[in-house]
Amino acid sequence: MEAYNFSNRKFVIGGVAIGIIIIYLIRLFTLQLLSDDYKKNADSNAFRKDIIYPSRGLIFDRNGQLMVYNEPSYNIMITMNEQQGVDTLDFCKTVGITKEYYIQRCEEIKDPRKNPGYSRYTPQVFMTQIPPEEYSLFQEKLFRFNGFSIEKRSIRHYAAAIGAHILGDVGEVNQANIDSDAYYQPGDYIGKLGVERSYEKVLRGEKGLRIMLRDVHGRTKGHYMNGEYDKLPVPGQNITLGLDLKTQELAERLLQGKIGAIVAIEPSTGQILCMASSPTYDPGIMVGRDRSKAHESLSKNPRKPLLNRAIMGTYPPGSTFKISQALLGLQEGSIDPKISFPCHHGFSYKGLHVGCHGHASPINLVPAIGTSCNSYFCWNLFRLLSNKRKYGSVQNAMTVWKDHLVKMGFGYKLGIDLPGEKRGMIPNAQYYDKAYKGSWNGLTVISISIGQGEVTSTPLQIANLAAQVANRGFFYTPHVVRSVQGGQLDTLYTRKRYTGINRRWYDYAVAGMRKAVIDGTCRSANLPWFEVCGKTGTAQNRGHDHSVFMGFAPMNNPQIAVSVYIENGGFGNVYGVPIGALIIEQYLRGQLSPASVQKAAVMQNRHIKYGDFER
Amino acid sequence: METLNGRKYGNPAARADWFVILIFLLLLAAGWLSICGASHNLGDTDFFSWGTRSGKQLAWIGCSIGLGGFLLMVDDRYFDTLAPFLYICMMLLLLITPFIAHDIKGSKSWISLGSVSLQPAEFAKCATALAVAKVIGQYGFNLSNMRNFLKAAGIVLLPMVLIVLQKETGSALVYLAFFLMFYREGMPGSILFTAVAAVSYFVVGIRFETDIMPGTLTTIGQFAVLIIIWLNVVGMCGIYLKRNNSWFWFLSIGLLTQLIAYLVSAFIKPFDVAWVQIVGIVAMAGYLIWQGLGERLKSYYLIAIFALGSTAFLYSANFALNDVLEPHQQTRIKVLLGTEDDPHGAGYNVNQSKIAIGSGGLEGKGFMNGTQTKLKYVPEQDTDFIFCTVGEEQGFLGSASVLLLFLLLILRLIYLSERQTTVAGRVYGYCVLSILLFHVFINVGMVMGLTPVIGIPLPFFSYGGSSLWGFTLLLFIFLRIDARDKVRMR
Repeated sequence: MEAYNFSNRKFVIGGVAIGIIIIYLIRLFTLQLLSDDYKKNADSNAFRKDIIYPSRGLIFDRNGQLMVYNEPSYNIMITMNEQQGVDTLDFCKTVGITKEYYIQRCEEIKDPRKNPGYSRYTPQVFMTQIPPEEYSLFQEKLFRFNGFSIEKRSIRHYAAAIGAHILGDVGEVNQANIDSDAYYQPGDYIGKLGVERSYEKVLRGEKGLRIMLRDVHGRTKGHYMNGEYDKLPVPGQNITLGLDLKTQELAERLLQGKIGAIVAIEPSTGQILCMASSPTYDPGIMVGRDRSKAHESLSKNPRKPLLNRAIMGTYPPGSTFKISQALLGLQEGSIDPKISFPCHHGFSYKGLHVGCHGHASPINLVPAIGTSCNSYFCWNLFRLLSNKRKYGSVQNAMTVWKDHLVKMGFGYKLGIDLPGEKRGMIPNAQYYDKAYKGSWNGLTVISISIGQGEVTSTPLQIANLAAQVANRGFFYTPHVVRSVQGGQLDTLYTRKRYTGINRRWYDYAVAGMRKAVIDGTCRSANLPWFEVCGKTGTAQNRGHDHSVFMGFAPMNNPQIAVSVYIENGGFGNVYGVPIGALIIEQYLRGQLSPASVQKAAVMQNRHIKYGDFER
Repeated sequence: METLNGRKYGNPAARADWFVILIFLLLLAAGWLSICGASHNLGDTDFFSWGTRSGKQLAWIGCSIGLGGFLLMVDDRYFDTLAPFLYICMMLLLLITPFIAHDIKGSKSWISLGSVSLQPAEFAKCATALAVAKVIGQYGFNLSNMRNFLKAAGIVLLPMVLIVLQKETGSALVYLAFFLMFYREGMPGSILFTAVAAVSYFVVGIRFETDIMPGTLTTIGQFAVLIIIWLNVVGMCGIYLKRNNSWFWFLSIGLLTQLIAYLVSAFIKPFDVAWVQIVGIVAMAGYLIWQGLGERLKSYYLIAIFALGSTAFLYSANFALNDVLEPHQQTRIKVLLGTEDDPHGAGYNVNQSKIAIGSGGLEGKGFMNGTQTKLKYVPEQDTDFIFCTVGEEQGFLGSASVLLLFLLLILRLIYLSERQTTVAGRVYGYCVLSILLFHVFINVGMVMGLTPVIGIPLPFFSYGGSSLWGFTLLLFIFLRIDARDKVRMR
């Protein structure tokens, strides 16, 4: 039979069959075993992971006044491929937009350049932050708008437009946040500044999760494994600040039209009673969809309103620094309470002259503090640095000097619970060795004795100096958060930090500061209700002098320590002293006397002219 | 024991090839479990209720086993005798089907009988196979005789045309499987080769029609097809012109010129590389014709004609698709080939089915635990895309086993066909195995994104009585024929 000649073709046919199956097995292998993508794809397909957002913790002031809370906000979402047969006119009327805007929005959403994550299968944000009234209207008609849905989020609200630098704000996470913490997903919110940032982990709570099965039409088909893997959200913990709302409000008012900062600390705890930095802004504008716009315009402002000058501004402390010099001089023996130095309108030695204003001469410690005598403190530092018998060299003496100041909280970050704190500058021997090539002595660096020259500090560090004098020898690391609901403060904020200066030397410092208020440089801080202790500062700089004040009250059992720093405000008693006195009065009395109300109003309206140079 | 025409018969069922029956039963069982997995809603585990797809399929399976048993008992000579009659009846039925059928998704191929619908096209395969086996099995029939070949081909092409009229292009294409049988029976291999070449030119050419090859002005489709044509010519020269080493020169010179052309285009000045390829192919053809004039060998001309014809086909197919066909027909073809993105159509389906299979991993998610198929991400999840469920729930191990079962079945059928004592028996056997192979090839290929999406069922797996019974008829008639031959051989 002829047909049998083709018998060998059975091998060809069998070979084709085997070939096909082998190719298919290879394909199966690559699909199922070589790539993980399909598995992930399948999960995102079939599981709808509904994240249940926890409510963010609330923020209260020290008296339990609500400062920051949440309000629901509603986003209207659109899923393009489900959007069919919608009465566009009705929709536009319901949410109060024009048809042109509707068309424009749809175009924007579909434009991959403007909306990089676009997919027609997933809900896209159509409108954000619908007010609750509009939301309820929309909700009623939702069933008629195929493809539209509502996403519920909450946004921060601020009870008053104060405390922006302390409270901070929340904004959408950026890629760096997502990369560094697996908790975050695109679109989540995170604290960006202030306590919102430093207490992010406390405030945010834990996200809940509901795993739903959904079919191809997006219809929910029930809980995955009967909800076995679902998780309830844990709400964020509330925090209470040490802030006194009224004092804070006054502080911000008094700073209007000026650049500077006010810091008040409760000496017995280290809690920040008020912390104002000017210029400031309304924290309410840093919310929701307009946050990035607001942030950008603030960051472009040449006066840098985003800068919290209380902890980020590093200024020469001026004469307020003399208190630290007196303390370490007494401790080191370069002065004693009785010793007097001459002052003939300043310190003169080997052709070097540091000026001073007119007062009695010679002068000993307490009146020297009271009148803020430059000469006295120049002699103090000069004697300390020149004492080769005790220290061996000027370098060693300098190191001793620096170590004292570091223990008093200068030169390094204090460790406040706010982001961005600056350390200021306390020069050391190496610094001068380098700057003067090893050839320097006490006279070369004499200006640091009066808080000028290389020395800089933050207003917070100055307030902290006042707090340790008030405490006579120790301080608590300043912190804005008083308590965390259901949690504990870091031990950093509950541990006393001793300065290493003998307690009895503090009595002289206190006496000097009291004298300054009674008949010295800060007489306008002499309040009738309690004994105020204070020290002015007039810090020289490139421009007009900065006006500085630090003080505490009452003298015995102090409850508030304060520092005021007004850029280019002139003498300490022009701005610093009156503002400091008002803050002390407000906090200790809970209100201002009628006369003080007047003073506060005047102070509020005294604006300083600043040039438009970059700060 | 029964006696017929003086010959003694045992129970034919007992002599049937139990190896095939075993595979058949295994496939049925695996198929039913897959349908349970694919068609059930979450939490609903009543597989046996008539109201569910799995319950219905169980009934179809019962009928199918009954049908198989019955076929094994029937006297095999009825098949031969009734073949022409069955064929004519089926053709008439196919002819009238579009007029009495309900329109289901644009196809008019279903006849409803009460609560059940039947698809005559599924049964027509069996009738056609019987008829073509009878014709080829006649004494003196020779496929190399053009009249005979056209007669056999006509028997196959008639139902194909009728089914196309029902708008069931997929089912019609199945009849192309008969050409594998023709090949076994002596149809020149070059016809099969030419057909495969034409299809591959068309598919590759259209599929990559719009993608420009980097660095050139040529589309990937054109470039790839011209490469295939060139390699085909080289291969044919190597096989048919053994005395001549022209294939070597074609290969090396072709490789060199194409490489140079590409490099010039990529690094000096971009141009359409296809022109170089076409000139090369024409030059090869010219050389072959010139050689042919000298050596007087038909093969030279044939290869030259193949080369030129292939090139002409590529461009005429492009032209026909883009300029002659209506836009909606173009779209349908392009979606079929996956070039046009239709999220609700074929492209989306294949993507989802790949996701479903890919998510199965090595061992699968376990019976009834597939999420993709159950949540209806995969369309036609219990009919045409049933293999997804196997892939997702049983993983690589399960789906590879199913493929190997099909391979075993086909190889066994080749073996059984080859041992037939009659031409008709062998032809019928090859018809059966060719159809099975075609279904597996297209169906499994399409769910894995390798072949165009042609809606044809996976034998013994896909939900539906018609296709199951159609395949049962095909297979068990062959088993019955085989059982007879075993007796005769003894």
